[in-house]
Amino acid sequence: MTKQAKITEIVEKLSGKPLSIGPDESLFESGVLDSFALTDMVGALEKEFSMRIPDADLTPRKFDSVARIEAYIDSRS
Amino acid sequence: MAFLRAFGAYLPARVVDNHEMAAATGTDPEYILRGSGIVERRFAAPEESVASLGIRAAKICLENAGLVARDVGLLLAASGSAEHRFPGPASAIGAGLGINGVPAIDLPMASAGSLFGMALAAHLAPVYGHVLVVGSEVMSRVVARHPAHRDTAILFGDGAGACLVSPQTGFAEIRDSLLASDGDFAAALRLDLDAPLYMDGRTVILQAARKIPRAIVELLERNRIPPAAVEAFLLHQANLNLITRVAQALAVPEGRFFCNIQRYGNTSSASMLIAAAEWRDRHPSPPAGPLVFATFGAGLHWGALLATPYAGGAADLLTC
Repeated sequence: MTKQAKITEIVEKLSGKPLSIGPDESLFESGVLDSFALTDMVGALEKEFSMRIPDADLTPRKFDSVARIEAYIDSRS
Repeated sequence: MAFLRAFGAYLPARVVDNHEMAAATGTDPEYILRGSGIVERRFAAPEESVASLGIRAAKICLENAGLVARDVGLLLAASGSAEHRFPGPASAIGAGLGINGVPAIDLPMASAGSLFGMALAAHLAPVYGHVLVVGSEVMSRVVARHPAHRDTAILFGDGAGACLVSPQTGFAEIRDSLLASDGDFAAALRLDLDAPLYMDGRTVILQAARKIPRAIVELLERNRIPPAAVEAFLLHQANLNLITRVAQALAVPEGRFFCNIQRYGNTSSASMLIAAAEWRDRHPSPPAGPLVFATFGAGLHWGALLATPYAGGAADLLTC
């Protein structure tokens, strides 16, 4: 499974429905996730990708879309 | 040593329900309830101020403690919505209590100020004697400034809480506290001059959902107390969904977290003390287990405080 597919799977699990927006579209402005789901998503990403996201990186912009999340994870690799 | 002696709270009379708030902000009541857990909040009357609310809460706290104002050796007043850049409300609260001459220190820290005040009071009580900590807010005026931010304005209410920290005795001993600050996110939650309160909700929730449980865990671990042993968690009432997340992170039943945000909204630095006062009113007997207080607010500032049952409390109080 690709990194993007894993991220999509996490988002779909949190939203409870198939992801219907493109990888560059905002998960929050589109209403896919709310602020509290964002905290759950960060925890799920840490678990899935075996990484610890430091507090300094906890800004919504880094996790706003599937593409941004993938870029962030790549930057940590 | 320092002890929690008593709490007190004062809420303005005017109730603003979600229907009124929704009409004023162009949203709908269900949206407010779903996003925050808030059903209604209180708004101060035009003639009320941060200081006047604080004085009312302080008087109730002193009455609950069985003390009078002249017994107070130090006053600490937290507020993020004070009417003036300076002076803050501390000296006016002291004057209103009739204790001019007693040092009164302002803590201009929205939301986190009352916990920082309690932690400082625990260290200062052995020097100054009884320390009165007050958290007082008139948030309704600062969120209403033009251009008001709808998603922020719906969350806040007005009120005041107070806590008396004593060097001699009380119903619980303040055992430890953990305070922290992180200026990298200062812009995420701020009140600029003549502007409405600004809150980047997603950033604040992301940071709070991680920092609050971590502070509590660290505090409990270094005191060798498992979260499940805590009798009550008394938190800043920022958002019901956030409190639920903290409970989940600690694997503690939500029922251990006292919540009154449904009735008062987010009253910033007053909220934890108002919650503590209501919890104490409902549990007047000596606590059977540890109490944990925790807050998170603008700065960012956050922290947690641990108090444990004091076996000598009941007997000592009868002789004080």
